[in-house]
Amino acid sequence: MRPEDLGNFETAWCPGCGNFSILDALKDALVKLDIDMHKTVFVSGIGQAAKEPQYLNCNFFNGLHGRAIPAAAGIKLANKDLHVIVTSGDGDIYGEGGNHFIHAIRRNIDITVIVHDNQIYGLTKGQASPTSDLGFVTKVQPHGVINEPVHPLAMAIALGAGFVARSFSGDKAHLSSMIQQAVVFKGFSLVDVLQPCVTFNKKNNFAWYKQRIQPLPQDYDAHNKTLAFEMALRWGDAIPVGVIYRDGRPAYEDACGLMTEKSILSQGPDPSKLTRILQEFF
Amino acid sequence: MFKVDLTIKIAGEAGQGLQAIGGLLSRLFARKGYHVFANQVVQSRVRGGHNWFAIRIADRPVHSPSFKTDILVALDAESSCHSRELDKDSIVIFDSRQAAFPAGTGRMLDVPMAELASKAGGNKLMVNTVAASLVLGLLNFDSGEFFAFLAQSFGKKDKETGETNVKVARAGYDFARKLTPAVKTTDVSRPAGKPKMLVGGSEAVALGALAAGCQFISAYPMSPSTGIMTYLASQADLCHIVVEQSEDEVASINMAVGASFAGVRAMTASSGGGFALMVEGLSLAGMVETPIVVILAQRPAPATGLPTRTAQEDLLFAIHAGHGEFPRVVMAPADIEGCFYATARAFNLADKYRIPVIILTDQLLADSFVTIDALHPEKIRIQRYLMAEGELEQAKDYKSFLLTPSGVSPRALPGNPYCFVTADSDEHDEYGRITEDLDEMRPRMVEKRNRKTKGLLRELKGPSWYGSRNAKEVLVGWGSTYGALKEAVDALQAGGVNVALAHFEDLWPMDKRHFEFLKKVRLAVVAENNFTGQLANLITRVTGVAMDRRISKYDGLPFTAQEVVDAYKDLRKKGGRR
Repeated sequence: MRPEDLGNFETAWCPGCGNFSILDALKDALVKLDIDMHKTVFVSGIGQAAKEPQYLNCNFFNGLHGRAIPAAAGIKLANKDLHVIVTSGDGDIYGEGGNHFIHAIRRNIDITVIVHDNQIYGLTKGQASPTSDLGFVTKVQPHGVINEPVHPLAMAIALGAGFVARSFSGDKAHLSSMIQQAVVFKGFSLVDVLQPCVTFNKKNNFAWYKQRIQPLPQDYDAHNKTLAFEMALRWGDAIPVGVIYRDGRPAYEDACGLMTEKSILSQGPDPSKLTRILQEFF
Repeated sequence: MFKVDLTIKIAGEAGQGLQAIGGLLSRLFARKGYHVFANQVVQSRVRGGHNWFAIRIADRPVHSPSFKTDILVALDAESSCHSRELDKDSIVIFDSRQAAFPAGTGRMLDVPMAELASKAGGNKLMVNTVAASLVLGLLNFDSGEFFAFLAQSFGKKDKETGETNVKVARAGYDFARKLTPAVKTTDVSRPAGKPKMLVGGSEAVALGALAAGCQFISAYPMSPSTGIMTYLASQADLCHIVVEQSEDEVASINMAVGASFAGVRAMTASSGGGFALMVEGLSLAGMVETPIVVILAQRPAPATGLPTRTAQEDLLFAIHAGHGEFPRVVMAPADIEGCFYATARAFNLADKYRIPVIILTDQLLADSFVTIDALHPEKIRIQRYLMAEGELEQAKDYKSFLLTPSGVSPRALPGNPYCFVTADSDEHDEYGRITEDLDEMRPRMVEKRNRKTKGLLRELKGPSWYGSRNAKEVLVGWGSTYGALKEAVDALQAGGVNVALAHFEDLWPMDKRHFEFLKKVRLAVVAENNFTGQLANLITRVTGVAMDRRISKYDGLPFTAQEVVDAYKDLRKKGGRR
């Protein structure tokens, strides 16, 4: 597959938006993975980030705000032969869809969730998001945010996610690598992508992130859960990026015993079994 | 009328195993060829309280409870509340050492049930078995069949439990036989017909889903819908069906829509409160034109309401649920057998029109058991309305939302090697890509989606008619009230009233032409398990005919035929058109 096969669409994003580089990195990852796009479904919710699948030649399910993850889970459980990639924003996944995020991790269905995390609501014009920093001032939070921000990576690790990574929209090569590893990973994988919002988030801008992001140490052990948890909570002057945590527990599809070989869709229904079942009612 | 119409009520606390003996007796009578209708009335708690399991045994099909109780097994003191259901021939079995029963109407049998159980080597829990065997002994049910069934049912766990239960049962049975010369009862020693199936409402829905090839259910437990998911889970391995207990009902419907988008038949089930959470997802299914079947097992509301009781309060909610305008089908099966066929039909309609289909059941259907001669899965044809491989190969320029005269676009599944398949909750163009083309695409898409109603109106059935076509009076109902209303019509006719029953299973979209009958009758009465008269109001809305003669019941219990008859007679006295 060539990058141009993925299409070149006019977007509804602001000039200079981090979404452009995230889309570029995603395309790069898809090309490098040489993924079969016909066997891939992109799922998103609502928000500027959630428009990403609109700008790819692909199968997509652009669902409701906050509900990308359950739709993705349904798609994967029906047809495990599909790669299912969720791409949505921090408000969508961690806010409106928070409960689904929690339980999708527990289920460990083999889907990849890429969160465009710009710490703000863009499409609704600049309210605090679940990841907005303390004290962050908006029109709705004029005295600054007083809610403790969500720590998505720490939360994911605590819930038993098997692949937890962070990247930055300003480092395309790094982001592409994170996405590639996440897609290949068997089980729930999370890539939280730090991203500036040029229109509404004047605090956490490109330079702010650029100064703070730090690659993980050379000898970092991503299998050490305690260390990973500590790393996931780091925020402020230094923000680590990379694969923070990696674990190998069986994906739902392997654990449930219903689709060990063939997908539910390709097994098809077997109503002939009913004749036997009905006898049990006499 | 009935030659046999006998109601046995086992009353006691939750945890006393009412369901176990109730189920056992129901099954035995079904095997004996009787028509059985069994329903449970329980409080929303795990232990204690006052509950009952009522079994109505008849020589004709019955689908509703009877007010009168012929044999009452009173296992707790609160069972005395059933005294008003007794007449002079009724029998009350109780054990005054455990729970007293006040003397009154009916024949009192104070039986040392606990003592019989322990003397026969059983434990306290086996009072159950004694109670069942007393009932069967009084009715002269074949003891051999009874003991063999007991041994088989309880022997599944371990052989010893099976044997002990038979010993205890023998003690109870013999005790009852010694009483029978003095205590006259119906004799059920002879079979009433061929063995019948005994099926619960939740099971019937689940079986209908399996017959339709459903392979996915995501649901959150909520009374009285949970039985569907529970039954499907028991058959999941055999039938290749994913049963996922979701974190909430929002997830339930979004998962199911996702699974359906990917190509398997998918459903979800809940009661009113859970369905309320699904409403956004229902609108999604309408917008992305992805088939889905939603079971709404009604219970009394608002809010949490009465979790374990019955009602028909969500008809208008189901019809209107969802923001924006999109077509959907709403149907309410009349009885448990109907639940099987309606569910299967719902999947075909959902696929044919790419729409959500809502099936309204209620606690009465969900928690009742009824005898059925046989269910016929072979009558169900699975029709998926998917593009064939050859068509896909030809379709160079596939459009997931192609504008068509019927409003239905040919459906491909993602994963095929020829084209991309899309779904967008935003307004979209034919390719499923977001659009704000207000001049052209938005109106075209609104029209396309809503055009499906035209086809649906041709698919949906008018009311089933029971009684004379020339009847001058008509009782109108929908859903689970069918059994009680039909019996009420029988009783009214027997009393010289020329009344028929017009009963609706298909409720939305509603076709004006199905109401021609209203022009021919002098009196039309709508009976519903709700306060406001939801069907009555809907009929008025669609036909312009005022429907102000109504029978409403909203105490959480189902109609009995007698109640309908009494209320109907009162309305007749008031007279007036409709």
